[in-house]
Amino acid sequence: MKLLIKNGRVIDPANNLDDVRDILIENSRISRVAKTINNGADKTIDAVGKIVMPGLVDMHVHLRQPGREDKETIASGTRAALKGGVTTLLAMPNTNPAIDSVENIRLLQDIVGKTAVANVVICAAITEGRLGKVLALIAKFRKESVAAISDDGSSVDSSAVFYKALRKARENKILVICHCEDKALSAAGVMNLGPVSTRLGLKGISSESEYKRVQRDIQLAEKAKASVHICHVSTAESVEIIAKAKKKGIKVTCETAPHYFSLTEEALLDYDTNKKINPPLRSRADMEAVKEGLARGIIDAIASDHAPHTISDKDIEFDRAEFGVTGLETELAAAITYLVLPGVLNWVELIKKLSWNPAKILGIDKGTLTPGRDADLIIVDPEKSWLVRKEDFISRSKNSAFIGANLKGVVEATILSGKIVYKQEIKG
Amino acid sequence: MAEFAWNKKDLLGLEYLTKEEIELILNTADSFKEVTTREIKKVPALRGKTVVNLFYEPSTRTRVSFELAAKRLSADVINIAAETSSVKKGETLIDTGKNIEALKADIIVMRHNYSGAAMMLARHLNISVVNAGDGWHEHPTQALLDMFTLKEKLGKLEGIKVSIVGDIAHSRVARSNIWGLTKLGAKVTVCAPKMLIPPGIEEMGASVTCDIEDALRDADAVNVLRMQFERDQNSAFPQQMEYFMKYGITEERLAKAKKNLIVMHPGPINRGIEMSSEVADCPQSVILEQVTNGIAVRMAVLFLVSQAREGKDEAAN
Repeated sequence: MKLLIKNGRVIDPANNLDDVRDILIENSRISRVAKTINNGADKTIDAVGKIVMPGLVDMHVHLRQPGREDKETIASGTRAALKGGVTTLLAMPNTNPAIDSVENIRLLQDIVGKTAVANVVICAAITEGRLGKVLALIAKFRKESVAAISDDGSSVDSSAVFYKALRKARENKILVICHCEDKALSAAGVMNLGPVSTRLGLKGISSESEYKRVQRDIQLAEKAKASVHICHVSTAESVEIIAKAKKKGIKVTCETAPHYFSLTEEALLDYDTNKKINPPLRSRADMEAVKEGLARGIIDAIASDHAPHTISDKDIEFDRAEFGVTGLETELAAAITYLVLPGVLNWVELIKKLSWNPAKILGIDKGTLTPGRDADLIIVDPEKSWLVRKEDFISRSKNSAFIGANLKGVVEATILSGKIVYKQEIKG
Repeated sequence: MAEFAWNKKDLLGLEYLTKEEIELILNTADSFKEVTTREIKKVPALRGKTVVNLFYEPSTRTRVSFELAAKRLSADVINIAAETSSVKKGETLIDTGKNIEALKADIIVMRHNYSGAAMMLARHLNISVVNAGDGWHEHPTQALLDMFTLKEKLGKLEGIKVSIVGDIAHSRVARSNIWGLTKLGAKVTVCAPKMLIPPGIEEMGASVTCDIEDALRDADAVNVLRMQFERDQNSAFPQQMEYFMKYGITEERLAKAKKNLIVMHPGPINRGIEMSSEVADCPQSVILEQVTNGIAVRMAVLFLVSQAREGKDEAAN
């Protein structure tokens, strides 16, 4: 089976490419990328005026299975991913049971093998039950093709346990992903601490609760000579701490999520629980610092932190509602709308942060259109605007922070291993 | 002066009202206050309407005040004391609200321990929601009765100086007073130990001081909040006696303030903690008048929100 994509604007940061090219896909792999290919393909797609880019590698996704299949399943989550242009995702381990043992990794792999429609890479837990007390058997994880470990949702509070985890991770060449939150400082807070929390009478989560833990995790990683990745960076101070660490040569990477560069705490003025997130939407200054961190290359990756929740977990009093927003189906358009259009990033930089960098951070052969690699790519209409509507989501959950927003950029087709697995429905 | 029309189905907080809307409530309350002094303290304004008091937090004063206000307007009143724990057991707030709506009630008066609960309920219902206090957020009728009392005593609100003393961080009364008073041109200072001043309160329009003498110096009125020592077991919280020594309103402190400084308290008072017994009962204290005025103010609120709905229903027909 040969598939030819003609005349698209092909952007492939790994190869410094941003030009009109034809792409030939053969036997599930990228075969050739050239100015003109006139090969007898079985199928040809005309992509004139469209952007052709590697599929997104979203390194922060909660698929909720096993345990909360009412919120999302591997099947529904990966279908949502394809609609959003995500061809590979990292599944976080805070499921029930947590992915903290070889047995549970295999349980998850089994479900993935049977039901996933996109590539699912596994992130296992650092500690048993993600309780921060007893290290999981990290040494055995590498063989199970686990790409990273994280207690995401929680930080490992004990520095001693975390340091041991870093040493183990280094020995076994596994990346440690850090959810940086000192719960003693953020305790019971539900939104960013500041003038808006004061106005709303809601308990605040201080910036310190994040950046002090970023500082600690980086210091311990330096000492252990381990690689760490800081997830969902939301404060100005965190960006600065990471910038300094990078300058010093410490092996640290980081990500942010679309809501941190597009929304601020003021989005909560009507107590919209769909914008209740942890870490919380921060101040305008923090949002600007995150954008600047992206532009300066301090922030390496953009990930959705897709966190689906049912209506009954969200449509309740603000204090009682769950933290989290969905993001797989909006992240590309949000990134185009809030980063490319205002000139924070150009297209090449954007795609680098959505595809190539996360693939490199995870050490997987994805995120590029280099011949020989898996043909995971998407065709995007960069000019088309759309209104985000609750009823259009494929995810089982509808708790998006962008409902009602007009976003620019539509995924027209998603190609996974050379097969067209998603095509945008043309609405009459 | 042309009568300004009220068109909001709910009263959620003073942040969401204009100066004109607040003035309309106060003026309407004025005429209802006259009713409460009559031999027959009842008017037929809400005859045939049903008011449901839905209280998720214990409250005697506010609930009784709303109940009397509704009854004096000839409404039927139902009281529901919902235990917070029963919420966790089953029915959501929205379901409870929709059931009350299905029973054809016209107004829900709700007290809730979570900030934003009234706004959420109002968004989901077509009937009126009156916020009788939500978490630390707002307690609009308390602030309205405070303002009504101040206006009665001082003749105006524009340009007056009001100090609010106490646990500002956890006070819905403070927040509603700041919004309401500043919208009507009063100057508001909040005074508390630093740890009880929430960040960015200045952005709401209040000045901040941690010095009680400072707060009392030029004030025309002091609104003393109840210190909820039972709320926070945190050891960093000031001890009761320490608080009284530093922030308690005493006769000595009053002696240094303006001669006619008005002393207010939303109740219930902790005598000897936020103010001395002597101050609570002194001639400058208007604490019991606040309670009386609360009925007239709540009559005005119930009357206005029910009118807004009638206007809407007619428009729909």
